[in-house]
Amino acid sequence: MRNVFLFVRRYFNFLFFILMQVVALYMLFSYNRFHEAIFMNVAGEITGKVSKQYNTIEYYFNLKKTNDLLVEENQRLRNLLKSDFLVPDTSTQVLLDSVRIDSLELHRRYLYYPAKVINNSVTSQTNYLTIARGTNQGLEKDMAVVSSGGVVGTIVNVSANMATVMSLLHRQSRVSASLLNSGETGSVEWDGKDPQILTFRNIPKSVKVEIGDTVVTSQYSSFPPGQPLGIVERIENPDGSNFYLLKIRPATNFFNIQFVYAVKNLQKKEQDDLEKATYKQE
Amino acid sequence: MNELVKNIIRFVVFILFQVFILNKIPPLHQFISPYLYFLFLLWLPFRIPRLSLTLTGFIFGLSLDFFTKTPGLHAAACTLMAYMRPFIINILIPKDESDFNYVAPAPSSMGWSPYIVYILILTFVHNTYLVFLEWMQFGNFGYFLGKVVATTGVSFLLISITEILFYRKQKFRTNI
Repeated sequence: MRNVFLFVRRYFNFLFFILMQVVALYMLFSYNRFHEAIFMNVAGEITGKVSKQYNTIEYYFNLKKTNDLLVEENQRLRNLLKSDFLVPDTSTQVLLDSVRIDSLELHRRYLYYPAKVINNSVTSQTNYLTIARGTNQGLEKDMAVVSSGGVVGTIVNVSANMATVMSLLHRQSRVSASLLNSGETGSVEWDGKDPQILTFRNIPKSVKVEIGDTVVTSQYSSFPPGQPLGIVERIENPDGSNFYLLKIRPATNFFNIQFVYAVKNLQKKEQDDLEKATYKQE
Repeated sequence: MNELVKNIIRFVVFILFQVFILNKIPPLHQFISPYLYFLFLLWLPFRIPRLSLTLTGFIFGLSLDFFTKTPGLHAAACTLMAYMRPFIINILIPKDESDFNYVAPAPSSMGWSPYIVYILILTFVHNTYLVFLEWMQFGNFGYFLGKVVATTGVSFLLISITEILFYRKQKFRTNI
């Protein structure tokens, strides 16, 4: 026993070093559990506040670009206004029917919440954004996040007033996507190398794909269908595989992103419950 | 200024500089990610006990992790670096000659060439371990090698610039 104590005293520095290493590696490899438990609640609020301060400065320099993006989006939305379209039959009148609005509301599937980006990274392989909106303002975990350009990411953690978003530029992110032209579905990932290039897999070689084709989110993804993901930039044709490897350029400019929309899927719970019940039956 | 106060200020400044300036630089190449923050650990005084040095390394790395949302990644690398620091210093400074007559490692206290060796070895250790942990989760061997070399080069460049910009004059310690 005495020898054990002597050993511990002799090598205390080394043992302490090993202990610290084990703690650090434990945090790193049990990432998700740890992240949820401690990281977001305490540290997230603190680092979030610092980032917010920094963003008030950074935001000022981006005002012009942000404004351009908002104007562009307004223009697109304005073009969808009903009053812009001529009614073909002159005898018909457009009436606002309150009952119809109610019944529309019942079938609403997606609800958009605007949020300001207060922190963003593109340089590492695991990129996150922090947005200034949390549970108090109606956000939940696993909600989709889009910008005026297209898909941004998924909410992975929420605290009272902030949320972290796993960016599309994260090597664990995966989005179900389809080609706008033919509707073939595959999945979009990021290989962690170039933030300007995403990988789109699982498109069979029988499909005709061309450079410049648009890739949008599919019907099966957690995003609202039809959100732009990117444009096909390079078509790789690997031997011994029945699938193309498409390199696409992301639709969202992750370098100057300032405003995003968190999307709530109002039917998500119903869908999840139903699917869970179905798996149980097997 | 008191050494403790000075180091607390450095702690904050290095973290903020790394998070809000270096990490915001658009990537030049997939191999290059500029790291400078660990210079804080290299600038700590000679006489700091080894136990507190290791603990400081851990806390310092973890604070950066809070910002980059990679719990444990930088903490592990910084702990290793802080643990190895006394060994490297003991090799580079002959005991009988100086016996730590200066407060902290600097070109003016160690001489340029031992200081450069000190910087290079510890930067290399830090980056190798950091990229190794990253590589275990993802990547191939060529990526690992390329990134270690490129990142160490960039770190060394940044450290040299910092040393020249903020030249630290080290006073010779006397018993009086």
